Amino acid sequence: MLNFLVKRFFSMALVLLVVSITIFIVMHLLPGDPAAIMLGPEATNEDVAALKAEMGLDKPVLIQFIEWTGRIVRGDLGNSLFFQNRSVPNVIFDHLEATVLLTLLSLGMATLIGIITGVLAASTHESIFDRSFMLFTSMAVAIPNFWLGLMLVLGFAIMIPIFPAAGYSPLKEGIWSCLSYLVLPSITLAAGAVALIARMTRACMLDVLQNEYIRTAKAKGVRQSIVIFKHALRNAIIPVVTVIGMSFANLMGGAVVTESIFNIPGVGRLLIKSVFTRDYPVIEGVVLYIAIAWTLINLMVDIIYTIIDPRLEY
Amino acid sequence: MSKKEKSGSRRTLEKFMKNPTAVFGVFILLVMLIMAVFASPIATHDPLEINPGDRLMAPGAQHWFGTDRMGRDIFSRVVYGSRISLIVGFSVVLLTSFFGTFLGLVSGYFKHLDEIIMRILDGLMAFPGLILMIMIMAVLGRSLTNVIITLAIVYTPRMARVVRGAVLVQKEQTYVEAARAIGASSMRILFIHIPRNCIAPIIIQGTMIFAYVILAESALSFLGVGMPPETPSWGVVISSGKVFLRRAPWICFFSGISISLCVLALNSIGDGLRDVLDPRLNRKG
Repeated sequence: MLNFLVKRFFSMALVLLVVSITIFIVMHLLPGDPAAIMLGPEATNEDVAALKAEMGLDKPVLIQFIEWTGRIVRGDLGNSLFFQNRSVPNVIFDHLEATVLLTLLSLGMATLIGIITGVLAASTHESIFDRSFMLFTSMAVAIPNFWLGLMLVLGFAIMIPIFPAAGYSPLKEGIWSCLSYLVLPSITLAAGAVALIARMTRACMLDVLQNEYIRTAKAKGVRQSIVIFKHALRNAIIPVVTVIGMSFANLMGGAVVTESIFNIPGVGRLLIKSVFTRDYPVIEGVVLYIAIAWTLINLMVDIIYTIIDPRLEY
Repeated sequence: MSKKEKSGSRRTLEKFMKNPTAVFGVFILLVMLIMAVFASPIATHDPLEINPGDRLMAPGAQHWFGTDRMGRDIFSRVVYGSRISLIVGFSVVLLTSFFGTFLGLVSGYFKHLDEIIMRILDGLMAFPGLILMIMIMAVLGRSLTNVIITLAIVYTPRMARVVRGAVLVQKEQTYVEAARAIGASSMRILFIHIPRNCIAPIIIQGTMIFAYVILAESALSFLGVGMPPETPSWGVVISSGKVFLRRAPWICFFSGISISLCVLALNSIGDGLRDVLDPRLNRKG
């Protein structure tokens, strides 16, 4: 296990190096000129050149990259240009609560509903429930989440006003009011993931249910619910864990869209706002944070494998 | 093409046509394609024509899908929107198929290049797709070409991985050994013999990428970082209707239905193709 962790850690470091090179290339080497974009169309060439010098963009690319990496490794992501020169990690931290709550709530919802409906569909294979389940999941994958969000607002905030249409109430002002603001956004964000997790659970359960040991268990008179949840699900769950891990990445991407629809002050909306205010250090910081989070989640998924399936050896 | 091969592809087509969901997908996609190609005769109005007298009109005889806050006809904008979505979709699929196949072939065939190429692709895939797209679009700026370039950068690694997997299987096959034995060069084997046998996974992955691209383009445009604001793209239309959800829900409604139908159609075609082209995958559902 220790061996595996060390190996996994090194490959993670390699991926993060490539990630930072990618961010650097996109932000510094693509044809768009950050200095010119930041100053807007009215800026003179001298203004642009002065800002370029200030940002270090006039130095050779290799020097720029070394300096940039050095700063990143020290955790110095620079200062926001929009939020009164506050440091980027501080700005991101202020927006973290809403995103973390939204993503976790959606992931929890997607995992619970996905696994339960997937198991039910597999155990009632080819029934009306199973067929409508397949239709529903195909639709859930195809519907764009920003549109689903707007339709939910139309249905459950405007036509039948049960939930708030938009906004956010921080956790410190009470858990219930916070949750009431997060119900519609979480459903919006979770829909696609529910479908993916449910489909994978169904497919894996159908595979496992054909095994000899399931027939034996049934023949011995073990109760159906125990056969399904204890014998079959445990063996069907590993590919499902992979899909849950993958869904996490999609949720982090989807959070940007969901936060924009519901005006939630999270990291995703911060990213979009920074694109509009041309706050390059914040864009860079948010993307880097999300990539690190995603890489760590991948590592966690790998560790979870070894816990749920002791046969796996690394 | 020999007679035997013809009957093989005909069999595949017959099998594909027996799958009702896949046929439904082809039908919807054909409708979208006709809408995109013949947008000007089909549309009842100019999609860009501003008509303040008709602003926020509900669906009716004059404006089938209603109008937006500038009095623009939503039906015509949705019809023209199919053109944008399909142009973006086809262009990105072509670009990803070309670059993805090239990278996948080289990476699967040459072991020493594999590590380098795969690590770079891993790095690109270490971002949630939408986040990487937003970052690239932030630097490039809003335009049709930039959306296509951005989506191609983000989806090429996904194609390359699939092709690489197929190449790893193909290069161990007897026909490769035979080609080498009769003196075929590595280049000939790599760029002529192997790609012919990797077409099925490329087509399947291409269809799936097409669906992702339509969703991604509309999401970027909805967020205001994709298509320029005046373009009649489905995402832009929904974005413009967001503020009027209470007064004029039809602005958002019809574009959303179009995106969903288009993606549903492509996913059904992809699933159908996978069933007939990749019989090893004994999928249940």
